[in-house]
Amino acid sequence: MSGTPSLRFVDEYRDPELVRSLVAEIQRRAADAPLKIMEVCGGHTHAIYRHGLEDLLPPSIDLVHGPGCPVCVIPMGRIDDALAIARHPGVIFTTFGDMMRVPSSRGSLLDAKAQGADVRFVYSPLDALKIARHTPDRQVVFFAIGFETTAPSTAATLLRARSEGVRNFSVFCNHVTIVPAIKAILDSPGMQIDGFIGPGHVSTIIGTQPFAFIPAQYRRPIVISGFEPADILQALVMILRQRERGTAEVENQYARVVRPEGNRRALAVIGETMALRPYFEWRGLGFITCSALKLRPEFADFDAEVRFEVPGVRVTDPKACQCGEVLKGTIKPWQCRVFGTACTPDRPIGTCMVSPEGACAAYFNYGRYSLSGRVRREPTGPTPT
Amino acid sequence: MITPPSPLGDQLERIERARAARRRRYVLQDEWITLSHGSGGKASRNLLDGLLLPGLGGAPLDGFDDAAVLPIGAAPARLAFTTDSYVVSPLFFPGGDIGSLAVHGTINDLATAGARPLALSLGLILEEGLDVVVLRRIVESIRTASAAAGVPIVTGDTKVVNRGKADQVFINTAGVGVVPNGVSLSGALVQPGDRVLLSGPVGDHGIAVLLAREALEIEADIRSDSAPLHRLAAAVLEASPQTRCLKDPTRGGVASGLNEIAQHAGLASAVDEGRIPVRGDVRAACEILGLDPLHIANEGKLIAIVPAAHADAALDAMRSDALGTEAAIIGEVLESPPDMVLVRTEAGGSRVLDMLAGDPLPRIC
Repeated sequence: MSGTPSLRFVDEYRDPELVRSLVAEIQRRAADAPLKIMEVCGGHTHAIYRHGLEDLLPPSIDLVHGPGCPVCVIPMGRIDDALAIARHPGVIFTTFGDMMRVPSSRGSLLDAKAQGADVRFVYSPLDALKIARHTPDRQVVFFAIGFETTAPSTAATLLRARSEGVRNFSVFCNHVTIVPAIKAILDSPGMQIDGFIGPGHVSTIIGTQPFAFIPAQYRRPIVISGFEPADILQALVMILRQRERGTAEVENQYARVVRPEGNRRALAVIGETMALRPYFEWRGLGFITCSALKLRPEFADFDAEVRFEVPGVRVTDPKACQCGEVLKGTIKPWQCRVFGTACTPDRPIGTCMVSPEGACAAYFNYGRYSLSGRVRREPTGPTPT
Repeated sequence: MITPPSPLGDQLERIERARAARRRRYVLQDEWITLSHGSGGKASRNLLDGLLLPGLGGAPLDGFDDAAVLPIGAAPARLAFTTDSYVVSPLFFPGGDIGSLAVHGTINDLATAGARPLALSLGLILEEGLDVVVLRRIVESIRTASAAAGVPIVTGDTKVVNRGKADQVFINTAGVGVVPNGVSLSGALVQPGDRVLLSGPVGDHGIAVLLAREALEIEADIRSDSAPLHRLAAAVLEASPQTRCLKDPTRGGVASGLNEIAQHAGLASAVDEGRIPVRGDVRAACEILGLDPLHIANEGKLIAIVPAAHADAALDAMRSDALGTEAAIIGEVLESPPDMVLVRTEAGGSRVLDMLAGDPLPRIC
C-alpha cells in the first residue's frame, strides 16, 4: 500500500521487482513433478494468502499448511478449562483476542463474557499483570498460548510478578514447542512432505540447531524464513536449489533476525519458569510427548491450574471437524466436509477457522477465489470446471 | 471415519449453495448478544437481517443504507433521515472526542444519502457521578463541530442512569437533510465497469482510538480523521451527477464498505492494494498489531462508485476539497463473482477481501 515513510524490513521485502525475479527463478527451477512443501508456521500461511502468493507459483508446487498456528492446535478440552476458570467468581480472565471466539464444548470465551464472566483481551501478558496490580482484590488469570515465540514474554511476566510480589496473578499455561510437532508429522503414516519452510519467529528464540534432525534423519530440506512475500519466495528458491544439488540441510533465509544459536536470554527465562510436560494433547495430532510447557513447581503460586479447579477433561472434537487432517496437511482446507458450509469464520466449528493464521480461515477469507475470475487451481487433483 | 475428499469443483459448488442460502436469509443463531454483533461486520448483518428487520414487521428499512430517504408530499425534493449512537471509549482521543464524532458521524450518514444536512438532535445518556468538567468539554466540542459544519442542533433529551449502568456518556444523534431533486444513490445502481474512488488514507480513526485506549507503548502521531463529509459528497455529486453510491467506511473499514456495496449490487469489485492510501504510522501500527488497515474504522473518508467516464472528474472534485487531497481511484466494479471483493496485492497475486467475522476493536465509535 502506498504510504509516506517506508517501513524498513517490510517494504524492501514486498518490492514487486524483487518478487517478480524470485517468481521467475522458481518457475525456472521447478520440476514438472509435484512438490509438497509445508510452511510450518501459521504466520507464513497467513502471509501466503494475504499476499496471494499461490497465484504466482507453478502448479507443481503445492504449499501444505503446517501445525504452527497457536490457536489452531489448542485442544477443545483446554478451552473448556479456560471457561471454567473464567467463570470463577471474582476472576478477571485475560487472553489474546484470537482466543475469544474459539469454541469449547460449551460456547466460547466471548459467550462467557456475554453471560457475565469478566473476560478481557490484552496484547501482552504484561498488560494482564498491570490489571492485577490495579485490581488487588480480584484474581487475574492470563491465558498463555503460543510456541517458543510467546513463551519468553510469559516467562518474563512471571518473573516480574514474583519479584513485585503480586499475589493475585496467575497463568493458565498452554505453551507448546514446535519441534515435537514437526517430528510427529514426519512420523505420521503416508507423510508426503518434500521440504519445509521453517518458522521464522520461533527460530529467533530457539535458533536453527533444533531443526538439524529434519535433514539428518528424514533427508528433507528446511529453510527458516521471514514473513514478507520476498522472504517466502526466496525460501522456496533455496529449497529448490537444495533439491537440484541433491542435498538436504538447514538453511537460514531470515538471517537478518534469526541467529543460529537463537536468543539465549529468552531461553534462559523460559527454563527458569517452565518445564516440559510429559505429554500434551494437540488438536488433531493427538498426544505428543514432551511437546508443551508447564510452570515449574517454584511457580506453583502463579499456576492457574493449581490455584483453580479445572475439569481437565479430554473433549473429542466435533465429528464433522477435520482440523486434524488439515493440520497434518493430508487434506486441503476446502476438502474438509464442513469447510465454508457449516464451518465459517463467523460460526467456526474448528480452530483452523478461527485464527487468521489458521489455514481454513486464511483460505476462506483470502483464498477462495483468485482474481482471474477462476476458482483456485487444484495442484494434484482434477481440474475444476 | 475418513471420507475421501471430494474434488474442488464439487466442494466449491457446495460452498456456493451455502453462501447463496445465507444471502437469501441471514439468520441470527446466537443465544445472546456479544460484542461481535456491534462490529459492523457479519455478526451485525446477522442481527440486522435475522432479528431487527423481520422483527419490525417489514418496516420500510433498507438494511444497506445509512439513511432513509422519504418523500415529502408532492415536493420534488425528498427528506433524508438517520440516527446513530456513540459509545466510543475513551471519550477523548487525538483528533476528536465523542462529541465531535456524534456530530460528524450523523452528518456523514446524511451525506452518503446525497442529502444536504439540515439539523441534528442530541440525546445524552449520562452516568451518575460524571464530572461536569468532562460534560462541559464534550458540549463545547459538539457546539464547535456543529457550527463548523453549518448543521445546528435543534432538539435534544437528557437521561441520567445509576453509576455502573453506562460508561460516563453515551450519545445519540439523529439527523434530517434534504435530498435534491434528481439525486438518487444506491448500491443497487452500481454497474460493472464503474470505478471505485476513495477520498484519502484509511485506518486513522480506529488506530488513533486504539492507541489512546490501550497502553500499547507504541509512539505514533496518529489522529482520528473525524470530519463532516457533506461538502465533499456534494462536490463529487456536482462533478459526477450519475454517481451510483457513496459510503463512509466506518466500523469494519473499507472492507465492510466495499462488501456491502458488492452485496447490494450483486456484483464484485477489485481494488489495487498499491493504490489504497495508508499513512506510514498507521501501517506500521497495523503491522505490529496484526491488523489490516482495510478493516479499521474511518470517520472522515468517502467511498464513491462512479461511472468510468466520470471517474477523473469525480477524482478532481475530491482532490479539490481539503478532506480529499489524497483521494485515489482504487479499483473497479466487476460482473463476477457476485457479492465479492478482491484485492490485487502488491506482490502481484490476488486475494479475497472479506468482512471481519469478529471485532478486533470494540467501542470505536
